[in-house]
Amino acid sequence: MMVKMMENNFTRKLYQVPYLLWIVLFVIAPIGLVLYYSFLDIEGHFSFENYGKFFTPVYLKMTLSSFWYAFLITAISLVIAYPTALLLTKTKHKQLWLLLIIVPSWINLLLKAYAFLGIFGTYGIANSFLQVIGIGRQQLLFTDFSFVFVSVYIFIPFMILPIFNSLSELNPTLIDAAHDLGASKWTVFRRVIFPLTINGVKSGTQVTFIPALSLFMLTRLIAGNRVITLGTAIEQQFLVTQDWGMGSTIAVFLIVIMVLIMLVTNTRERGV
Amino acid sequence: MTPWAKLFLVIIFLILYAPIFFLIFYSFNSGETMYDFESFSLKWYKELFHDTRLLIIVLNTIVLALLAALFSTIIGVLGALAIYMAKRRQTKNLLLSFNNVLIVSPDVIIGASFLILFTMAGIKLGFSSVLLSHIAFSIPIVVLMVLPKLSEMSPSLIDAARDLGASSWNVMSKVIIPYISSGIFAGFFMALTYSLDDFAVTFFVTGNGFSTLSVEIYSLARRGISLNINALSAILFLFTMLLVVIYYFITQRTKLNGMGVRKR
Amino acid sequence: MNKILRFFLIIVVSSGILLYAISSLNTSQGYSGGNTLTVYNWGDYIDEDLIAQFEKETGIKVIYETFDSNEAMMTKIQQGGTNYDVAVPSEYTIEKMIQANLLIPLDHSKLPNLKNIDQRFMDLSFDPKNKYSVPYFWGTVGIVYNRKLLPDKEITSWNDLWNPDLKNQILLIDGAREVMGMGLNSLGYSLNDTNKKHLAEAKEKLDLLTPNVKAIVGDEIKMLMANEEASIGLVWSGDASEIMSENEDLDYVVPKEGSNLWFDNMVIPKTAKNVEGAHQFINFMLNAKVAAKNTDYVGYSTPNKQALKYLDEEVVNDERFYPSPELTKKLEVYENLGKRNLSLYNELFLQFKMHPK
Repeated sequence: MMVKMMENNFTRKLYQVPYLLWIVLFVIAPIGLVLYYSFLDIEGHFSFENYGKFFTPVYLKMTLSSFWYAFLITAISLVIAYPTALLLTKTKHKQLWLLLIIVPSWINLLLKAYAFLGIFGTYGIANSFLQVIGIGRQQLLFTDFSFVFVSVYIFIPFMILPIFNSLSELNPTLIDAAHDLGASKWTVFRRVIFPLTINGVKSGTQVTFIPALSLFMLTRLIAGNRVITLGTAIEQQFLVTQDWGMGSTIAVFLIVIMVLIMLVTNTRERGV
Repeated sequence: MTPWAKLFLVIIFLILYAPIFFLIFYSFNSGETMYDFESFSLKWYKELFHDTRLLIIVLNTIVLALLAALFSTIIGVLGALAIYMAKRRQTKNLLLSFNNVLIVSPDVIIGASFLILFTMAGIKLGFSSVLLSHIAFSIPIVVLMVLPKLSEMSPSLIDAARDLGASSWNVMSKVIIPYISSGIFAGFFMALTYSLDDFAVTFFVTGNGFSTLSVEIYSLARRGISLNINALSAILFLFTMLLVVIYYFITQRTKLNGMGVRKR
Repeated sequence: MNKILRFFLIIVVSSGILLYAISSLNTSQGYSGGNTLTVYNWGDYIDEDLIAQFEKETGIKVIYETFDSNEAMMTKIQQGGTNYDVAVPSEYTIEKMIQANLLIPLDHSKLPNLKNIDQRFMDLSFDPKNKYSVPYFWGTVGIVYNRKLLPDKEITSWNDLWNPDLKNQILLIDGAREVMGMGLNSLGYSLNDTNKKHLAEAKEKLDLLTPNVKAIVGDEIKMLMANEEASIGLVWSGDASEIMSENEDLDYVVPKEGSNLWFDNMVIPKTAKNVEGAHQFINFMLNAKVAAKNTDYVGYSTPNKQALKYLDEEVVNDERFYPSPELTKKLEVYENLGKRNLSLYNELFLQFKMHPK
């Protein structure tokens, strides 16, 4: 009896093996490496120099600005993605439309960035449009606006997808019931729809905010290095200065920040 | 749907496709650049069809993305189940934090550490090392797509199935998997996106003649991206659109014929 | 469940078909044969006809792999795992690679065409006696500017850029050495200065340039300059010649205070498997006619003196890209300043980027 139970328990745990193996090989091992490197100074000696350096105004300012932009990008993505997902669920071939939202993200990012350079350029389509409606030419490239715009553009499918999935499995009778009870459209949304799709919103926020913290290529291509994020700094340390130590130290802070965000969002769930 | 709602969707789609139309438009340029449209020409398309090296690279990229998405979806679903089944809250949080490390880590770090890992393990750089890495960095996104579906599922569903005498395997295949299938598809397509987009990780772990489209395009940047890449993107884009639409209508039809009454 | 299984089955089957197609294509192209040579170079940095010609002459099949930065390339070679036979790093990287013991000394007896190279470009500080490397292309760092947009301005020096009329007009390339070098040169200091006071001075001077700087960008600077997104750009000469061929209003100048002289050289990394073939390839690229054809295609300046005969006179006599020996004397090659100093350069450059506009 006992043996059988244990055996059963064992086979039930067996399915976890690939995932746990992945964690050990591709998550814990790299974290170990990053941690190890973060304690090496530029000449490869053990030191806390990098950590000291992180707490200088340059890097703290950078951390703050990364947060600010990531927050902005996530908030705007959410504001656009939610209604889009909601409307998509009401279309006839909703699965097809959803796929069509994802398809643009399969075109190479660098190519799309070059296209945006052309669109937002001084003589680009966007400026021609502004001229036609009477606003006149503006500098669009290398501004906060274009940076946030393109970042939102990139993350929006990642935000729409999970929200769409929670919305499309919402039980329509619930909404009908709320309507029958005399609730206004807005109340139905606030009290019924939104709370029931909070899981989708949460996972959309995670897959947007976390990578947005470490955005790098767009900061150069679209923002002309007017925006410097932690991701840009890591990139530079690894590929230009070849100071893997400092790069790893910044990465350690990114990981710590990410874990903190996870903990905060999870405790809130318990409170509700 | 109100006209305003329709207009909103139309604008969203226009913006999403604007850069792609821009790229396709210039693929017909007889000139060399992406800003000065001289006249209509198909020369970049003609050039494309003579380039076997590029063709191999494109096929590499597609096969890699498909396989990486497939394996990462399987492992990711298992992982999501493991996190979902974890009894203690701390275990859950720990697993989730580990899960997200690769999403937050910049690509260079992932690439460099995987490279060190592979060379230490003595894995020959090439298709297999790139595939392994793509699977590795796509798993967390699958987990994040599947997990909310699992937590939406009411536990009473599983209990009911158990009470009716279903075995663990039956519970899994008849109850859980169908319930989370939209999350699984979402995970698959996100993994595909991650794999197709990746440059930095692939660059570090590739070798011995294996190359992907992203690596090729990024290394072209120093000398200027030639418009035959635009032409290539246009062809790939149209091909994908076609596949998506065909696939959708085939599944739609089988659903109607095969399952008759089952309403989704 | 069935739906998912069916979907996965489609994926597996189509992957199988694609894999088969790839392997048959690879075989038909000869990439899986024995006698191969792996060349590791910048993307589109060689006339592909020449590769075909080399393959025909020697029977060696060339596998052409590409990289997008010196540092990333060096990391790959350092870690091993791939047998790169020939690589084309820039001069400061060659110095680092020699120090890290990543290169195989060249056998000059197997490179008879080495005599074609201009003596000016031989035996330079980063590789004494060309023990490890042979010049492939060379160039300068300078200012490209738009005559149409700046009709009444003559730009001849770095200090001209600080003109307040040029507000929001300048694009800089995203390189710490290049931008800091501009600051140092404009103050009359050397590009390779490591004096902390001088560097701080240069950074302060650069901060004053901020209102004029529109953006700090990468390779896309070519597209932006040709498209008249800005009227002035700090660029490498190779990029300049390329964009000037696209936009005729553009002109290039090497500032009179002096500037940088750069090289991309061919080397044989430690990872090489086909050392014999690598020598053959390098010697082939040094052939005067081959070098001329390659120069025609790439558009950078060739160090091959014999090749100049086969090039258009207009090109060869263009002092902007083939500067006179007098001007060349004012140009400095980047020295390897050591990790500490390089890190200082980068730190200051980062602060310059973050300087509020």
